[in-house]
Amino acid sequence: MLNKHLNLNPKLFDSDVEQAPLRDGFGKGLVKAAEINEKVVGLCADVTESVRMHWFAQKFPDRFIQTGVTEQHMASCASGIAAMGKIPFISSYAMFNGGRNWEQIRTTICYNDVPVKIAGSHSGLSVGPDGGTHQALEDMALMRVIPRMEVVAPCDALEAEKATVAIANTKNPSYLRLAREQTPVITTADTPFEIGKSVILWDNTAQVDCIENRKPPTKNSRNSRVAIIACGTMVHKALVAGRELASRGFGVIVVNNHTIKPLDKSTLLNVASKVDFVITAESHQIYGGLGGAIAELLSENMPKRMAFIGVRDKFGQSGTGEELFKHYKMTHVDMVNAAITFAEG
Amino acid sequence: MLSEAVREILKHKANEIRKDVVRMLAIAGSGHTAGSLGMADVFTLLYFYILKHKPEKPNWEGRDRLILSNGHICPVLYATMAHAGYFDIEELWTLRKFGSRLQGHPHREFLPGIETSSGPLGSGLSQALGMAIADRMDFGNQSGRFFYCIMGDGELNEGQVWEAVLHAGKEKLHNLIAIIDRNDIQIDGYTHEVMPLEPLKDKWESFNWHVQEVDGHDFDALHGAIDLAKNVNNKPSVLIAVTVPGKGVKEIERKPEWHGKPPNKEEARRFLMELEKDF
Repeated sequence: MLNKHLNLNPKLFDSDVEQAPLRDGFGKGLVKAAEINEKVVGLCADVTESVRMHWFAQKFPDRFIQTGVTEQHMASCASGIAAMGKIPFISSYAMFNGGRNWEQIRTTICYNDVPVKIAGSHSGLSVGPDGGTHQALEDMALMRVIPRMEVVAPCDALEAEKATVAIANTKNPSYLRLAREQTPVITTADTPFEIGKSVILWDNTAQVDCIENRKPPTKNSRNSRVAIIACGTMVHKALVAGRELASRGFGVIVVNNHTIKPLDKSTLLNVASKVDFVITAESHQIYGGLGGAIAELLSENMPKRMAFIGVRDKFGQSGTGEELFKHYKMTHVDMVNAAITFAEG
Repeated sequence: MLSEAVREILKHKANEIRKDVVRMLAIAGSGHTAGSLGMADVFTLLYFYILKHKPEKPNWEGRDRLILSNGHICPVLYATMAHAGYFDIEELWTLRKFGSRLQGHPHREFLPGIETSSGPLGSGLSQALGMAIADRMDFGNQSGRFFYCIMGDGELNEGQVWEAVLHAGKEKLHNLIAIIDRNDIQIDGYTHEVMPLEPLKDKWESFNWHVQEVDGHDFDALHGAIDLAKNVNNKPSVLIAVTVPGKGVKEIERKPEWHGKPPNKEEARRFLMELEKDF
């Protein structure tokens, strides 16, 4: 059952659901954040329109700094700007902004403890045709491991907009994970968003538990309750998989875990306590990102069998998003199959 | 020109600072001696004559900012700050010890008066540039604050430095002043062998900086150069301060092997006697 309290997009399961890129949400959110707070400034490394910072640059030319293709310098420059009391957003593709400038982010931003906001666009497999060089599949791991850093991977353009406004208000450095491609819009303007607060989008476990003599989904009905915890562009696929599993008799909870750090421990442990099996889904390596974070949390507190949907220690390659997700076994069908395999255990 | 009295005071201070650098490194048992001694005159002039700052109020908004990019020479920064009144000289003996505010490489979170944490080379100029831009955004050219960045010459191997040099030239930041410790040593040897930098002046000039080469131990020359740098409009300025690594202790002067090691107790005693005698 979709969570009725979230005011989700009623068309989210329709084939003609609206689509928008996460980067658009960032661009709009940055203008909003800048309107709210005059301390917000923007820096970009020569991809201003591509990461949608051009709307901000047009509206606030005196607060925009074009750094050229200098991601390492841009990160440290923003550190200096933040040390003077401002809230700089730095933007480029995730592979370079978060990837190439990692040490500058670690030392001059996080160790220095200044609130620089890092927007890593074009993350994940879905940047597609650009190929493996440009598909940042390691960025959440790189960012998550640095003390003080917040890591946020919104699920759609509207959530990206809210997340952008929200991170402008936190005292910590933040990493905002964005993507280029069209992504189904799951939320609405009225859907709540709070950093560090995971969202239960779907939960039919109560209904399944109530049905007496229900037909078990498999021979082993004890293993029929499953949580799918997803972030970013994988959340919509997780919802589709969740609905499919529910129709097959599974009790399913689908979580939009938009904040990878700090983790919403109480919500996640509560979710885990209700299920037999946990699937994580991310457009990222299975090591060190969302799946790693959830595994760390559960293994310390409430060990569960898990399946990790993500890229399994491989580089990406050119192709359409659809082809790549299929090739790397990261579709909603792969999530469904993971649950069935477990249940048949 | 500095007055004779001021010059003598600065010389005396610099010598006291050198002695404390030797003491603190010997007690710590690790750390960087050559660059710390070599830059004592530059730090003394800055903290006792040039910088607008209030040691008793280290976060005073109106202060000039001094960003130490080559953080490994922090012993001279700490010793100078102690002599300037930021904290007690006794605290110098805690350098590199557990619980000390004087970290092996500077950390702004622990010690008020440190503008940026540093150590990993090549990122200080970017941070100073960011501060200078923020200052201009808020005050135009009217704040009266200057942003000094101290860098090593070996550090200029880092690619990020040249990203910042390029950007500062573009922004025409008159309030940004870089000071390069041109001592010709780095960890693996002489900079002219490890990675030649010359023609260094031409390099910076070609990136649209105002460049001055200056004797890093001549207070009058340094003072004149900084004064001129502060009055250059529409360009960032850099001083290539030629220094002698290990300055003041003949047996270690200009020796790359003293880049990253401290004196032992016996050497420290010898070094201190020489600094005492020569002054």
